[in-house]
Amino acid sequence: MMTRISSQFEKTRKVSGPRALQPSQWGMLCPSDTPEGEACGLVKNLALMTHITTDVEEEPIMRLAFMLGLEDVCLATGAEMYDHNNFMVHVNGMIIGLTRTPLHFVAKLRKLRRAGRISEFVSVYINHHHRAVYIACDGGRICRPLIIVERGQSLVTAEHVVLLRAGKMTFDAFLKLGLVEYLDVNEENDSRIALYERDIVFSGPGRTTHLEIEPFTILGAVAGLIPYPHHNQSPRNTYQCAMGKQAIGAIAYNQLNRIDTLLYLLVYPQKPMVKTRTIELVGYESLPAGQNATVAVMSYSGYDIEDALILNKSSLDRGYGRCQVMRKNVTMIRKYPNGTYDRLADAPQEENGGVQKRYDIIQPDGIAGVGERVDPGDIYVNKQTPTNANDNTAGMDGSVVASYRNTPMSYKSPVAGYIDKVLLTETENDNTLVKVLIRQTRRPELGDKFSSRHGQKGVCGLIVNQEDMPFNDQGVCPDSIMNPHGFPSRMTVGKMIELISGKAGVLTGKLRYGTAFGGSKVEDMSKLLMEHGFSYSGKDMLTSGITGESLEAFVFFGPIYYQVQHMVMDKMHARARGPRATLTRQPTEGRSRDGGLRLGEMERDCLIGYGATQLLLERLMISSDKFEVCACETCGLMGYNGWCPYCKTSQKVAKLTIPYAAKLLFQELMAMNVMPRMVLEDV
Amino acid sequence: MATRSLNDPRRQVKVGTERVYDVANTEFPGNYPGEDHSWNLKKFRKDLKVEIQRLSRRSVEFDLVGVDASIANAFRRILIAEVPTIAIEHVYVWNNTSVIHDEVLAQRLGLVPLDVDPSQMEYHNGVATDRNTLVFRLQVACERRKGAAREETDPEKLYKNSNVLAKHLTWVPQGEQESFFADHPPKPTNDNILLAKLRPGQEIEIELHAIKGQGNEHAKWSPVGTASYRLLPNIQIHRPIPPPLAEKFQKCFSPGVISVDPTTKEVKVADPRRETMSREVLRHPEFEGMVSLSRIRDFFLFKIETESAYPPERLFTEAVTVFRDKVKRLKVAAQALAVEAAQAREGEADADADAAMETD
Repeated sequence: MMTRISSQFEKTRKVSGPRALQPSQWGMLCPSDTPEGEACGLVKNLALMTHITTDVEEEPIMRLAFMLGLEDVCLATGAEMYDHNNFMVHVNGMIIGLTRTPLHFVAKLRKLRRAGRISEFVSVYINHHHRAVYIACDGGRICRPLIIVERGQSLVTAEHVVLLRAGKMTFDAFLKLGLVEYLDVNEENDSRIALYERDIVFSGPGRTTHLEIEPFTILGAVAGLIPYPHHNQSPRNTYQCAMGKQAIGAIAYNQLNRIDTLLYLLVYPQKPMVKTRTIELVGYESLPAGQNATVAVMSYSGYDIEDALILNKSSLDRGYGRCQVMRKNVTMIRKYPNGTYDRLADAPQEENGGVQKRYDIIQPDGIAGVGERVDPGDIYVNKQTPTNANDNTAGMDGSVVASYRNTPMSYKSPVAGYIDKVLLTETENDNTLVKVLIRQTRRPELGDKFSSRHGQKGVCGLIVNQEDMPFNDQGVCPDSIMNPHGFPSRMTVGKMIELISGKAGVLTGKLRYGTAFGGSKVEDMSKLLMEHGFSYSGKDMLTSGITGESLEAFVFFGPIYYQVQHMVMDKMHARARGPRATLTRQPTEGRSRDGGLRLGEMERDCLIGYGATQLLLERLMISSDKFEVCACETCGLMGYNGWCPYCKTSQKVAKLTIPYAAKLLFQELMAMNVMPRMVLEDV
Repeated sequence: MATRSLNDPRRQVKVGTERVYDVANTEFPGNYPGEDHSWNLKKFRKDLKVEIQRLSRRSVEFDLVGVDASIANAFRRILIAEVPTIAIEHVYVWNNTSVIHDEVLAQRLGLVPLDVDPSQMEYHNGVATDRNTLVFRLQVACERRKGAAREETDPEKLYKNSNVLAKHLTWVPQGEQESFFADHPPKPTNDNILLAKLRPGQEIEIELHAIKGQGNEHAKWSPVGTASYRLLPNIQIHRPIPPPLAEKFQKCFSPGVISVDPTTKEVKVADPRRETMSREVLRHPEFEGMVSLSRIRDFFLFKIETESAYPPERLFTEAVTVFRDKVKRLKVAAQALAVEAAQAREGEADADADAAMETD
């Protein structure tokens, strides 16, 4: 779904004005869905029903305007133009004429639009300050549909809704019949819109002209997935909007046929127990990203501090939170200008006739078989490149292939995977392309990140056997345990209501609604709980699985929709020794390059403050880029092998250890005609 | 048979509006002056009561009265985690062209409960033999059914083997297994567990090895759907409920718990066993002080559900066997410790004697 809008305003400037939520954005842009930090309020998302206009031809509209009695501006004098009773008429910012009766003119134009004589995306409105009528038919305006109200009556009646439900009428038919129309922001300013039918004002200057279709549509597609968002603290909804996009789940019906660079899938996705109208409208139920976990809100074991979650091991055994990772690996079988080309080879034979372990999945075509397990270090495409590939002096007939060297694809991940698919295809320049999709199936482990739909994320802190889990009178054990300290400061009341509605839904065998500004009522849900023999509050009497005695507190217990966010396996990183950058000889940066963990400036300050000089020396030089140079005590320049080429002597040349970066700096300065000299002294 | 009244406050776990009181047993030696609460077999025998309330093919409900929570819980834990069963552990995929991935299919296969008496098998110790491994095969191919109507959409009618079910697992006897399991050949306990779905041209060919294991290693070896208990609810009515409120009072409890006399509107506790402890009465101010809720600390309403090879009534005795084995092991270890300690003491005494001799 394409809903992102980004402002041209400079991101780095810290001004609130352009980032603030404007009243005119009501219903057009989602008030919750914006990133945190730098781009906050500058990047936004469309609300559910927003439409972006495309260009509509001006000419016919201008002709129509003249036919409606507009006087051509070319025929008007200055006196007429500046007359207080005359209103100028602009089409896309261009003045075309004058009218004495703007209200009449605008009403007639709107009538024609509602009758379908001109495009529904043409907007007409009066600006009384400018004494002008503006007609806009250009592309790129955002607009949204509203129900038309005439004489205090909504034009869409109960009969229409019945027909719509039965599928006998469509939204387009409503539009054609003039029951609903699209308004852009400017025309909205010229209208009086009632939120609910009961708010309609029948007469007077504040007469209602339009009626909102559904209040929940002010939220976008992402914020619309949150159940009971109107009960949450507003930043929580914003956090959820950022987080919901990262949830692992089903992405498309053809997800198993595609070859994506990286694809995360959930093995058993479920539709949420508590859904919203938006969920139904955007089809989230058919491609869900999450599972209904039975959650006990209680403290357990101390491994649940700081939002950590406790997971039930048996639930994991049964498939809760199981994810698949599919990664594409590509290699090209190239043809070289000298006529040689790469080749795929079968596994090399050992002397005893066997095959090396890392080649054992290679089939005679040089590619691993589909379904084979790939262990770390295994070769799955046995490619060979001619040694003289870049040698253009060789004969052009391609017959001179001296020898081949191995350039195989080997499996890097620390965990075994399976060959999911192999695709042989061609690039534009007739090179063969080998794509191998490798699949991993992972069960949740310590450190995997989970989140509910209320901006409440947490990592798994402990995995507990089922027999140690608390259980209720029915013998139900929770799938996960959440610490109650997550609630008071976050104020995500919506999550609590989700639990109660979800529990009532489970007991009655129905999915419940948590639509914004509506949804299943807490009172009804509590009543259902009570009727099924549970406490109205959703709190159950649990028994400890460890002692076997009842817990002293009643525990809030029920289903909450949980999403898997990230897996530690893709994040964790540590290094002792490893690659270094060529230029500075310092350890590389970042997980992807197996980089070191930086002792930064602030950490350095701490060590200075503490006075740990030897530790500083070790961290900043010895373990990083120590380098031995020969420096001359006389000239202060660097030499080599105990020889100073400047003084042409080996006397007074001292050996000292400096960071390679320092040596590099000296040499770069020298290249710029700056002479750095080292002053050596005995300490 | 229960010798003590249910209204004995020491037997009650009190249920309040916001919390539970008196959760732990207080009757341990030395807690009440002048009372002897040391363990005594005669008393235990007299108090212990086990009575089956309901038995079906797949579940059993029984009362376990007169034991401590720790003992009841030990049985529950053993039932979930330590009573062995047989489950598929090794899956050798020869061919799988279905949409379901090998690992996912393997996980599903592992969870299929098998109808094999675990006592007839040994634990797998690294080497597969006919005494510790059962071999199954799953070989299913999907084909178009000839003569299906053109507009037919039901896959069952369109294709053969569109659903791979547990009944497609076929046992392949190894060694002496043919005769050993002759009267009760291994098979899944439920034939209709859906394992995968196929479409024409797809097939699955898998060899499966089932071994003995315990629920604490993987949930697939757990013999129970769940084994759990709840304490017997106890409702004490302190004052007569005003007749106009009788119906409302009745509605605050699960159906059948409270009986209201149709003429006198007298309220009585009919069947506390049915109460699910919704605590609804405590919420209404008009009933304040009229009723108190509690549960009986040593009256466990046990429920075991199973889909395994064990009949439900046998599971608890199996758990008792495991429990006794554990106790035996503990006893041996404790005795060894005692012997060791005694030897150490003797050694010390000898050393002292030696030292004494030397000083002499």
